[in-house]
Amino acid sequence: MSLLAELWSELYDVLGTLVGAAPYVAGYIALILLCGFIYSSIRKFLTPKADYGSLKTVTFGDESSVSSNTVASVVSVVLIFVLWAAFTGSKLLPSFMHMPGAFEGESSFTYTVEANGQTDDATVAVTVFPTGSEVDAPAIEPGDGFALNDAIALPIFRTELLRVDKNDTLGRDEGAQIVEVDGKPILPGGEVSVDFGKVAMTPKGTLNIKPSTGWQMEPIWLPAPESVWSRLKEIRYDGYRNSTLAEHLGFSLFRVVIGFILGAMIGIPLGYAMGLSNWFRGWFDPIVEFMRPVPPLALIPLVIIWAGIGEVGKIILLFLAALWIMAIAARSGVSGVRISKVHAAYSLGASKWQVMRHVIIPNSLPEIFTGARVAMGVCWGTVVAAELVAAEKGAGMMIMVASKFQSTDIVLMGIILIGIIGFAIDMLMRWAERLLVPWKGKG
Amino acid sequence: MSGLQIDKLSMRFDLPNGSSVQALENVSIDLKAGELLSVLGPSGCGKTTLLNIVAGFLAPTSGEINLNGNLVQGPGAERGMVFQQGALFEWMSVRENVGFGPRMKGMAEKPKREIVDHLLDVVGLQEFKEKAVYELSGGMQQRVALARCLANEPDVILMDEPLGALDALTREKMQGLVLKLWKETGKTIILITHSVEEALLLGERLIVMAPRPGRIHKEYNLPFAEMGVGQDLREVKKHPQFSEVREEILGMIWDMEEEIMGGTNK
Repeated sequence: MSLLAELWSELYDVLGTLVGAAPYVAGYIALILLCGFIYSSIRKFLTPKADYGSLKTVTFGDESSVSSNTVASVVSVVLIFVLWAAFTGSKLLPSFMHMPGAFEGESSFTYTVEANGQTDDATVAVTVFPTGSEVDAPAIEPGDGFALNDAIALPIFRTELLRVDKNDTLGRDEGAQIVEVDGKPILPGGEVSVDFGKVAMTPKGTLNIKPSTGWQMEPIWLPAPESVWSRLKEIRYDGYRNSTLAEHLGFSLFRVVIGFILGAMIGIPLGYAMGLSNWFRGWFDPIVEFMRPVPPLALIPLVIIWAGIGEVGKIILLFLAALWIMAIAARSGVSGVRISKVHAAYSLGASKWQVMRHVIIPNSLPEIFTGARVAMGVCWGTVVAAELVAAEKGAGMMIMVASKFQSTDIVLMGIILIGIIGFAIDMLMRWAERLLVPWKGKG
Repeated sequence: MSGLQIDKLSMRFDLPNGSSVQALENVSIDLKAGELLSVLGPSGCGKTTLLNIVAGFLAPTSGEINLNGNLVQGPGAERGMVFQQGALFEWMSVRENVGFGPRMKGMAEKPKREIVDHLLDVVGLQEFKEKAVYELSGGMQQRVALARCLANEPDVILMDEPLGALDALTREKMQGLVLKLWKETGKTIILITHSVEEALLLGERLIVMAPRPGRIHKEYNLPFAEMGVGQDLREVKKHPQFSEVREEILGMIWDMEEEIMGGTNK
């Protein structure tokens, strides 16, 4: 029962997060519809398209009349970068497009202290300086009365507790109590808005200086696009963790390619054997059917125990990731051959070997290519995950180490590069497929 | 001894549930070289099984087949087969498909090209020879299948509903082509079809088979194939005897179908 209660509370958290995100999702959808509306109203003024599709009266529900709109794709990608830049205060955008940023600069507020029936005011000078620089609180005149002026300096996006009464002649310990901030009454646990943000009071009576953080993201959560770009250039030339960027990516790719080739070299003949012989089918079916649903990531700990964190372990892992996929693809490629094609070949005088060479192998190639595409995708995902766990070089290792040092720009750069490479691999496989098996799906 | 002798052929399939189906029982056909036999019958009468046994893809339970005095055991190049559709190799061009048989024999490039070019002329596909087969229409694909079969110089051509998937107009044209090829090459042909008209038009001899167990029900010797050579097939269909035989066979098959339906209803 306690498990169910625990799961329920987890689910409650998840649903709460979803509900919290709903307004943003709704806003994004509204933005999509707005862009679509603007696009279609602009298009009305341009020359209408005069192709066959434009004459269709039924388009809703006609799958063939739905094609990817290039303008929408471009706008969507550009919008991602614009939002990214707007929420990080990027220099790539004119500043009027930025979201309100965090408060930075100098400001002040006053507070009123009551002690033994008397009241007195004092001023606190607040300096908020950008992250990275170090600024001392300015020296100030103490002022008159029993409450004395204070000064504080803190970096942006941070809050700081300030015992303003510490330097006062009548402090908390003497029964003094802060009653107003900037002329507005405040109670312990309360909060008051001031010029630069908010000032809150803890239950004990200490003031908490909270400069406005604005709508922009702190660089440690989301760095601006240009800082990711400059990090890319920097790592490209100088490297990260003793390896250049090319070395990191090259090692990841090398592992994928070698692991995939080995997996295909064993997997394809295995699949053929399973497709052509009862004995082999019976022998390997239990093994393949068991190993196929085991995610390669689950093998990482075992592979590390057996083969360590070096290249051998990673290549064994990728070999296993590719092996079953390729074996199953080759097996279904062989079983998918139409018996009439095999019969035709035999009645045209082909021998067993010739049937294999001229009918079964070419007939299975489309399936094998589909399997290869899947296998390359799985291998690429697996290599990154394996490098996250343990590696000396590699794209996954780079972003994992960077995250430990809170270098979010390197993490983002790594994720983008991993995505681009994964996409490029898939494109390459599709191109090879079109070139090498043009008869795919035409049987 | 030339020709194809099918002698007391029986075929029984044992099903996994213990029962068995008698697909063919005591079927004997004696075919002289150069004869065109069409085989008709309701579904399940064992036509395709018969053809598969002649082709050598199935071994009969009893009986035997002799071609030119040699016992048939397994598939061979002397018995070519034309399938309904989808038996072309889509990874090869039209030319490579037609040249497949000679290539398997290890024929040199030059004589092979001559054979292929000649056959592509015969079936009228010379200008499509470099195309991929999936780029051709259904009728053209069956022309390729015919040419591929002929390129191997088989003694017997087995046709398993080769025109079954074609539209009516293409089918008529192809029937003319089959007749022309039969006359020009003098091959022995066994043609299986569902269409009574096609069986009458093309078959010099015609066998109507009956189901359960599959057996020969009636045999005809017909003049229409001879008439149809070099003539408009629609003229042949106007012949009074044509419609007479057609009605007779249709009635026969209807009765068989009804018997099957009645049998399953009871």
